[in-house]
Amino acid sequence: MSRLRASIHASLLLLPAVVLLAAFTHVPAVRTFIGALYTTPRGNRPEVFIGLDNYRHLLDDPVFWQAMANNVWYAALTIPLSVILALVMALAVDARLPGRAALRMAYFTPTVLPMIAVANIWLFFYTPGYGLLDQVLGLFGVAQTNWLGSRDTALNAVIAVAVWKEAGFFMIFYLAALQTIPHDLREAAAIEGASRFTFFRRVTLPLLMPTTLFVLVNAVIGAFRLVDHIVVMTRGGPDNATALLLYYIYEIGFRFWDSAYAATLTTVLLAILAVLAAVQFLFLERRIHYR
Amino acid sequence: MAEIVVDNLTKVWSGSPAVDGISFTCASGEFTVLLGPSGCGKSTTLRLIAGLEQPSAGAIAIGGRDVTRRSPAERGIAMVFQSYALFPHLSVAENILFGLKVRRVPRAERDERLKRAAQTLGLTQLLDRKPAALSGGQRQRVALGRAIVADAAVCLMDEPLSNLDAQLRQEMRAEIRSLQRRLGMTMIYVTHDQVEAMTMSDRVVLMREGRIEQQGTPAELYDCPASGFAARFLGTPPMNLLPAAIGAGLLPGVPAAAGGSIGVRPERLRVGAPGRGLAASIEAIEYLGADTLLTLDAAGAKLIARTDGHARHRIGEVVGVSCAAGDLHFFDAGSGRRVEANGNGCNAPERGEGA
Repeated sequence: MSRLRASIHASLLLLPAVVLLAAFTHVPAVRTFIGALYTTPRGNRPEVFIGLDNYRHLLDDPVFWQAMANNVWYAALTIPLSVILALVMALAVDARLPGRAALRMAYFTPTVLPMIAVANIWLFFYTPGYGLLDQVLGLFGVAQTNWLGSRDTALNAVIAVAVWKEAGFFMIFYLAALQTIPHDLREAAAIEGASRFTFFRRVTLPLLMPTTLFVLVNAVIGAFRLVDHIVVMTRGGPDNATALLLYYIYEIGFRFWDSAYAATLTTVLLAILAVLAAVQFLFLERRIHYR
Repeated sequence: MAEIVVDNLTKVWSGSPAVDGISFTCASGEFTVLLGPSGCGKSTTLRLIAGLEQPSAGAIAIGGRDVTRRSPAERGIAMVFQSYALFPHLSVAENILFGLKVRRVPRAERDERLKRAAQTLGLTQLLDRKPAALSGGQRQRVALGRAIVADAAVCLMDEPLSNLDAQLRQEMRAEIRSLQRRLGMTMIYVTHDQVEAMTMSDRVVLMREGRIEQQGTPAELYDCPASGFAARFLGTPPMNLLPAAIGAGLLPGVPAAAGGSIGVRPERLRVGAPGRGLAASIEAIEYLGADTLLTLDAAGAKLIARTDGHARHRIGEVVGVSCAAGDLHFFDAGSGRRVEANGNGCNAPERGEGA
């Protein structure tokens, strides 16, 4: 009897959170999986069950494959670049140097700025002719470049913005982790004759692994989630050169109002993220020392 | 040969000297304790010898080689840190072998040395554990293992026992001492615990405010303290220091007018019937088993006497306190330094640089 009461109490305590999670996360997610199996209802045409037809359509959709390829390239560049840059910046501002508080703040500033504002700043940097980048390059006699308007440079240009924005955020985690490493470990290693690089490779890096896993998971999610700057800077163009998966979903869902196809794309995106997260945990978990 | 010579060593932190021109020598194979209260510069001195800090002035030579500007790794030393500084992500074996791997010692030799060190320290069963799964005493042993596996001729220890409980500390004292003897290491050991200094060392360097107050064998420091500070720092309970005017009452013929203070060890005091020596009343009695400590009040000055076995006295009783001529130590009023008098065999005590 008392056990029953205890479990009723527990259920009641969990109820508010369950309701909120269900209403805004689980039900929509399930609805998305189901919606991907129907046609999009339009006007007087109700939705019709079509099984995997949406997925077949997806396999034949060249823009999807373009967005997929863009996103893979985008992830392959932004994840390592932002993580490595974050680590380098954290090591730099962890050292005893004059003005390091100012430096830390400078590195962190991009994280505080809204992505929309960041995108507009970079829009100016990239402006052909009188933008910052072209002006500086002009000093060295480099010709004008339409960074965002050219198929060759647009994707890398938005990658640079994402790295700039994310690295400062990841740096904070690395910095916090670095400061928990006791100083006398470094001294003990110095007495043993370990160079700074050896110490970094054999001690610092392994002790940072839990942080690295956390940062990596966040970076992977960010690589598929962060599209604000695409909306402001390129709208996926030119010629879908900067269309990322999430941006493509947004276009399909809210500009073309094809909700069934958007649901199909979303399911695929979620599957990709789930696989990536699982791989990271299974692969890295074993090699990590948690304190 | 791994003699350590510290010559006129000085370290200044933003204007104020932490170590102020100290010189001492540790003979090869000798166990030297740097002793002093916190903030006296003993740890800084050790870090300077290890090369973890750069001296502002002065020189350090190890084994006849000037190492003042050398990196820690080039000095041929091993060090045990107060916190042990074990690498938390490495197993006991990897922790012990860290230095040998860095120095690219061949694998066979590495394994051999690890086996030997693990046997010496009783770590054989624990080699695969991580430091987090060890007790304080076991971590201490791993830190020792890392120091001895290096086969360094010099071992530096910075308060290595301060994180252990009293029982374990006593065991480790004996163990570290016998290890040092067996391996013939030259050891410099920093502590603020005078018991560690007395029981373990061949030589004690007593420091105060960045200077050496006195150096010598434990017996020299105990029997012939060079200053009132040294007299009070070694021994439990510490030496009684009385104003000369009162202390003169202990022994007929002592010049009271000389000023300064008179010191006498608690165990040297004889407590007898009133009328003989200094009149004092008993304030407290502490029975310790083998002996009893009497806290006495003589004209407002407190002193402690150690007497054998059970006290035959009562609190409030008035007694006469006396001692022999050789038991008195005289200290100058201004400097606190020893004033030479006679009879206690301390006519040529070793002095620190501050003398």
